[in-house]
Amino acid sequence: MRILSLAGRRLAASIPTLFLILIGVFLLLQLAPGDTVDALMAQMGGGDAATAHELRKFYGLDLSVPAQLANYLWHLMRLDLGFSSIYGKPVATVILERLPPTILLMTASLSFAFFFGLVFGVIAARGVNRWPDTVISTFGLIFYATPSFWFGLMAIVVFSVYLQWLPPGGFEDIGTVQTGIWRALDIAAHLVLPTLTLGLIFLAVYLRIMRASMLEVLNLEFIRTARAKGLDETHVITRHVLRNALLPMVTLIGLQAGTMLGGSVVVESVFSLPGLGRLAYESVVQRDLNTLLGIVFVSALLVIVVNFVVDLLYARLDPRIAAEGS
Amino acid sequence: MSDPVLSLDGLTVRLPRGADRSHALSDVSLSIASNEILCVVGESGSGKSMMANAIMRLLPNEVEIEDGRMMFDGHDLCTASPAAMREVRGAGIAMIFQEPMTALNPLRTIGDQIGEMFSIHTRLSKVEINARVIALLDDVRIPDSTAAAKAYPHELSGGQRQRAMIAMALALDPKLLIADEPTTALDVTTQAQILRLIRDLQQRRKTAVLFITHDFGVVAEIADRVVVMQHGVIVEQGAADRVLNDPQHAYTRQLISSVPPLKAPPPRSLSGKDVLSIDRVSKTYRTGGFLGRGARVTEAVKGVSLHLPRGATLGIVGESGSGKSTLARCIVRLIDPDAGSILLDGKDWAKLTPDQVRRETRHIQMVFQDPFASLNPRRKAAELVAQGPIVHGVDRAVAIAEAKRLFELVGLDPSAGDRFPHEFSGGQRQRIGLARALALKPDVLVADEPVSALDVSVQAQVLRLLAELRQQLGLSIVFITHDLRVAAQICDLVAVMKDGAVVEQGTTAEVFGNPQHPYTQALLSAIPGGDFTRKRDSALV
Amino acid sequence: MDAVKRYFRSPAAVIGLILLLLVIAMAISASLLYPRDPLALAGRPLVWPFTNPRFLLGTDNSGRDIAAQIFYGARISLLIGGVATLIAILIGILVGAFAGYYGGWIDNVLMRITEAFQTLPNFVLLLVLVAVFGSTLSTVTIAVGVVSWPAPARLTRAEFLSLRNREFVQAGKTLGMRDIRLILGEILPNALPPVIVYASVVMAVAILLESALAFLRLSDPNVASWGNLIGLGRDVLRVQWYVSAIPGIAILVTVLAVSLVGQGLNDALNPRLKSR
Repeated sequence: MRILSLAGRRLAASIPTLFLILIGVFLLLQLAPGDTVDALMAQMGGGDAATAHELRKFYGLDLSVPAQLANYLWHLMRLDLGFSSIYGKPVATVILERLPPTILLMTASLSFAFFFGLVFGVIAARGVNRWPDTVISTFGLIFYATPSFWFGLMAIVVFSVYLQWLPPGGFEDIGTVQTGIWRALDIAAHLVLPTLTLGLIFLAVYLRIMRASMLEVLNLEFIRTARAKGLDETHVITRHVLRNALLPMVTLIGLQAGTMLGGSVVVESVFSLPGLGRLAYESVVQRDLNTLLGIVFVSALLVIVVNFVVDLLYARLDPRIAAEGS
Repeated sequence: MSDPVLSLDGLTVRLPRGADRSHALSDVSLSIASNEILCVVGESGSGKSMMANAIMRLLPNEVEIEDGRMMFDGHDLCTASPAAMREVRGAGIAMIFQEPMTALNPLRTIGDQIGEMFSIHTRLSKVEINARVIALLDDVRIPDSTAAAKAYPHELSGGQRQRAMIAMALALDPKLLIADEPTTALDVTTQAQILRLIRDLQQRRKTAVLFITHDFGVVAEIADRVVVMQHGVIVEQGAADRVLNDPQHAYTRQLISSVPPLKAPPPRSLSGKDVLSIDRVSKTYRTGGFLGRGARVTEAVKGVSLHLPRGATLGIVGESGSGKSTLARCIVRLIDPDAGSILLDGKDWAKLTPDQVRRETRHIQMVFQDPFASLNPRRKAAELVAQGPIVHGVDRAVAIAEAKRLFELVGLDPSAGDRFPHEFSGGQRQRIGLARALALKPDVLVADEPVSALDVSVQAQVLRLLAELRQQLGLSIVFITHDLRVAAQICDLVAVMKDGAVVEQGTTAEVFGNPQHPYTQALLSAIPGGDFTRKRDSALV
Repeated sequence: MDAVKRYFRSPAAVIGLILLLLVIAMAISASLLYPRDPLALAGRPLVWPFTNPRFLLGTDNSGRDIAAQIFYGARISLLIGGVATLIAILIGILVGAFAGYYGGWIDNVLMRITEAFQTLPNFVLLLVLVAVFGSTLSTVTIAVGVVSWPAPARLTRAEFLSLRNREFVQAGKTLGMRDIRLILGEILPNALPPVIVYASVVMAVAILLESALAFLRLSDPNVASWGNLIGLGRDVLRVQWYVSAIPGIAILVTVLAVSLVGQGLNDALNPRLKSR
């Protein structure tokens, strides 16, 4: 209960951050050449100045910047993110349609990176400076240096073009209508390559942190105590090292949530996944600033939610956290 | 003597190449019988902790046993298999450490960690283990043992944590208990309790105890026999009485004579004029809390009033958390006091603006505790000492030249000014810190635990230097310490602090010879080896 | 100079340094080896590598020399990576130093802003910046720098927080030093090594960010950049995959070199077994 209120307080503290972001980006976008109406007119194939003026009035774009900002925030309170002239739908609807693939992709990549980062990190730390460590650390460095979009392209060449094991892109097979388990399997097959592509760099990061944190914990006093009790090495690791070494890993999930969401922009573009990241890219290219602002809001919200969950998790792992809040 | 529980025979432990010497231990032979406490004494670097790790076969990587035998229970531990060693650890030989906070896993409860002893070495059921854990905690006299078993290490006090460690070590009734400086991190009153507890349990259970310490006071308190070590070699061993009262080796004699006497030196005549007078100074901290909720208020200093006559030394003694360091920092305005006045030569320091403090700061200077942390590692020694005068407008070349003269004053080689702090020993660094403070020719010197981080023999040298300088330069000193023996040696006046307030003050002879406040009495009686020191002191007179 | 000796004792660090010097050599020699515009038409499109001695690494979809683009691309990557890192580290040190040293409301405000930057996915912010300010070489460089400062700022702040209560800083205060002297003369030199080491991470990420932007055709199209080339090669990926593959390897090698040098620096500057 105390943990929940603690994390809740952190959550409440992130509301000003959210507003700071929105106001900042809103003002930034005012500097952009052209507005929604320009984009709309271009879409329609041009129009006269009078129509443009009418449209600006309709969208409230003729008001002063502070008034527009106030307007935007006021609408936001009612979860109204405005209207996307490009898609002809409310921004909230557009974003909601695009959210599931991104969340699926992020969850899958995070689990993949976390699990294998943990396992390989432990293996590397146990064989520190011997060959398993060297091999794992070398691969970690290479993965870290690999541009994800390039890895994605090469994976398509190998697994889709030559071996033809996996589909080269898309979220599901649109040609055939599938339901239930078959649809799930189809989506899973489509997500294998994107997950690997997005997860690889994070796998490298987690692996490195886990290895370092294992080595650090192994040097702490209470490990000597555990050994002095007569515990064997395996149990020293499982009972005393692992949980302590996990703490920095968990912190990292929160810190990396934003980076991962950013990475999904590129990966979704490579694999033509209809997700939030691809939407962000499209709205920049199409100058759909309303949608772009909406995406900024939703992605910041996502990062905040991830951090809330991480806080809860951390407090469960570390009893000292709850004590600090009292 | 009965059969030894453990006997070391020619134990030699090699250090990796590049270390400051080739062997951590050379040809160490000793034995411990059941039902006796053997104290291993030595200063830092003597190899005493390495010996404990060698017995447990828990040496750091690249440090190896080169030669010798360690006979325990009819087996040589030097050649025991890892599996056999695991059976000895915990069950046959148990260990407690200096810092109970870091020696316990922060993420698991106390009960869980004690219970692990049973789950490793026995087949007891969970219920039985729980019952045993509670019994053990009762045995080490932890209040409310059921709650303590469920607590995490950070929820207990330092003394309670060490009690829990002892409970854990004694869980399986080991034949030998190795205690590696188990009371060094504790306050003096807690230390006395833990020492009594170890003595008690040892006598009841007839355990053999290998007690490692740097403090001859502790030796006098607890030891049956003593082994004195220096640079990895045993220089002397024998019955405690014999070694304490009739030390044979020069090094042992030096160590024993470095233990400060408990009696105040003959009082010096004090000036009637105060150079510094502190009146009702308070400092309160508010920590944590969000929008005013759940804030914690700590009254670190509560209305303290003190006087320092010109040329005198005022000792402020107290245990950790007594507020003595906060008070010291208030005096030099590193911390701004909330209320009260600090009159230095008639000027109220508590009311000066930060800018004025910067200008006036040369009148009052500070010497810090940690000789490693108090010197900027990236500056040369002479530069460190010259910094103060340079800040106050002295020409750089002049200040550096002056610094070299100060080096001589504090007993350092003037040519050492070009070296970096890490090239000096702890005692030498503390001399640099002293020179830095003296470079501004202050009227008052505030010394915050200036010798606590030093080995006893070095401690004595630095104290002697401080006393000389005081005479030579007419310094007035505020001397903060947790160690009453140190205070007795150098202070003219003493104030005892507890929980932010001064409970007793007076001349050193008064306070030490005839303490009025129960807390002062408790502190004095808790000093380890007090009886021995007093006996020695009277013998000297 | 123990640090230099320690650096050269690690084979990984030496390999990293060699690779980095190689990439720098490529950047310097680009105009000597390929005096013509790397983006100009050079020959038949889609010549496979190692089939025509004139185009050792082949040509891309529009008949431009891939090798020339790789050499000139080294310039762009190093330039953008280097300048963006400099911007990020400078902002980071400034923000971190003030927040860490002064604490209180200054820290609060600065950390809120840092948090805002970290809450917003950096690539999304990069997209917004490019959408607003366009994608010339200089705007992209500045934008990459601007999205990369929060991490070094946090690191600097943490260092300052731990150093400002260290006794040698307090000693400086009791000697009467001004804040600016304490910050620049006493704390910063001690806080700098980990920040410098972290600069390698910032640089690696900056190079990756720019290449991703270029791959999405949102970076400057008028310069030969590795990311541009990969994006171009995407159109012919099914058969002429080498157009994308070759510049990707160049990026990988460069980022790997930077990371290895960073790690080597870290091990050399912060030896694990510091004698206290």
